[in-house]
Amino acid sequence: MKINQKKQQALVAYLFILPGLLLYIIFLIYPILKALQISFYEWNIMLGSQNIFVGMANYERALSDPIVGVALKNTTLYTIVTVPGQMVIALFIALLLNKITKGKIFFRTIYYIPVVTSWVVVSLLFRYLFQSPKGIINFIIVNVLGVVQKPIPWLQEASTAFFPILSLGIWKGIGWTMVIFLAALETISPDLYEVAEIDGANGWQKLTGITLPLIRPTLVFTSVMLMIGGFNVFISVFLITQGGPLQRTEVILSYMYRQAFNYLDFGYGAALSFILTIIIAVLSFLQIRFLRKPEEIV
Amino acid sequence: MFLKSYRTRKIVSKVFIYILIGVGAIVMVLPFAWMVSTSLVEKAYYFEYPPELIPENPTFNNYIKAWTTGKFQLFFLNSLIVTVVSVIFVILFSAMMAYAFARLEFPGKEWVFYTIIFVLMVPNMVGIIPQFLLAKTLNLRNSLWGLILFYVSGSIPFNAFLLRGFFETLPHELEDAILIDGGNYLTIFLRMIIPLSTPALATVSIFSFLGYWDEYILALTLIDDVGKRTLPVAIATYHGQHGTDWGLVFAASIIAIAPIITMFVLLQRYFVGGLTQGAFKG
Repeated sequence: MKINQKKQQALVAYLFILPGLLLYIIFLIYPILKALQISFYEWNIMLGSQNIFVGMANYERALSDPIVGVALKNTTLYTIVTVPGQMVIALFIALLLNKITKGKIFFRTIYYIPVVTSWVVVSLLFRYLFQSPKGIINFIIVNVLGVVQKPIPWLQEASTAFFPILSLGIWKGIGWTMVIFLAALETISPDLYEVAEIDGANGWQKLTGITLPLIRPTLVFTSVMLMIGGFNVFISVFLITQGGPLQRTEVILSYMYRQAFNYLDFGYGAALSFILTIIIAVLSFLQIRFLRKPEEIV
Repeated sequence: MFLKSYRTRKIVSKVFIYILIGVGAIVMVLPFAWMVSTSLVEKAYYFEYPPELIPENPTFNNYIKAWTTGKFQLFFLNSLIVTVVSVIFVILFSAMMAYAFARLEFPGKEWVFYTIIFVLMVPNMVGIIPQFLLAKTLNLRNSLWGLILFYVSGSIPFNAFLLRGFFETLPHELEDAILIDGGNYLTIFLRMIIPLSTPALATVSIFSFLGYWDEYILALTLIDDVGKRTLPVAIATYHGQHGTDWGLVFAASIIAIAPIITMFVLLQRYFVGGLTQGAFKG
């Protein structure tokens, strides 16, 4: 009876996971493994042509490709600018919102709207805002604030073309980070702050002595998630600069997509995507290892 | 005296807080305000100097034009079909899988579970090349069904993982009662798990809806046939072919994002609930 029941339960379980698992194996696991295989080949999609095994050649090529260097530098820049940018601003806003009751939900909604708006739409929007010589950003900095003499050719010059992408990354992500921070802040008991105030602690001391240590797991979680998101930056680059001018704003995924779907160099594209996977895996591991306290590691 | 100054200080700091929050909120909203403003101007090929947030002759003509010209309504319908069908399937399959992981014992459970967690760590774009090749082989390119299959498969692991966490919190006593009453596992799933999990299922549905409605990369890669395009791909192509009519682009964009923004504003407690639940679990 007991054994029968166990067998029956296992059978039921398999039936329950079967449809999902099948889809998942065919359309997700198989492609990921296939990508690994393709990365060791010179892959030809023309009918009747041969795929040639080239070993590590695609990876070696990536190491000496100057554009990969540029893309890697830009992807890293994007991450180290947007991750702290989003976290600091989001924390600031969350701390402020945590102090008010009237209008809290209203403001939370406002800050979150960019998060739910499609990347395609906001990318086009930022392209529009950063137009030059006539665009709203140029109008503000030249005619309203007067911080520069003449309009900045944002998208035409390599040195400034990445700026719209960075600002979009921060602007779009603040809401998500803020909502998570706010939820964490709401769990902290106000008593703690009262006790600290009686002891004469100032705002900064309360922040560094109570708030930050108590939301530490949330800070680690968001920093890992934002870092992964940062290294995966693609649509904004693809639609705002197309990696230009002269491939100077290329990031890993935009370059990978170009290699695969413009030049049909699938082997090289696959190798680039695996290089990114390895970077992300190593960085997430290091982040979790060093930012979590030993007792927090599961 | 002390009390009074303390109270004034409190009020001053409150006002200061609201000003800071307000300025931040304006920065968040301003780009959208420009988008709406531009969408009300006809033939906005160039940026007017000095810019006016409230245009001189506002008109809804861009909206009418965006909605009625070309295949826009078809793109909207394509997006709607792909999104709704994908949400239904992803909820069904993820919930079934999550139920097995949360409530049933079977050989190989750990192993399958860890594979799922592992794949969650791999960036989505890694699969794009072979997914393109697979779609070609299986004749799933230029097909909304193809898109649906890839969408559903891609989001099953995450959603199953999320729902499993919720299903585990449900009481076990009910389950035993159903079995004693002669019910089977399917009865438990349909009569107990599903009805008790509506908030979690709602959260998953909303997040999935949002993700599918906005999905761009797979739709761009798998669909060449103009008639099968979804909104994000269509809108990206409106821009920059022969000088951009920004008023038209933004009118189309606003029509495309309106359902999402409305849904978010109305159902935001599910959004926030889902987000924070995921955060504290991770």
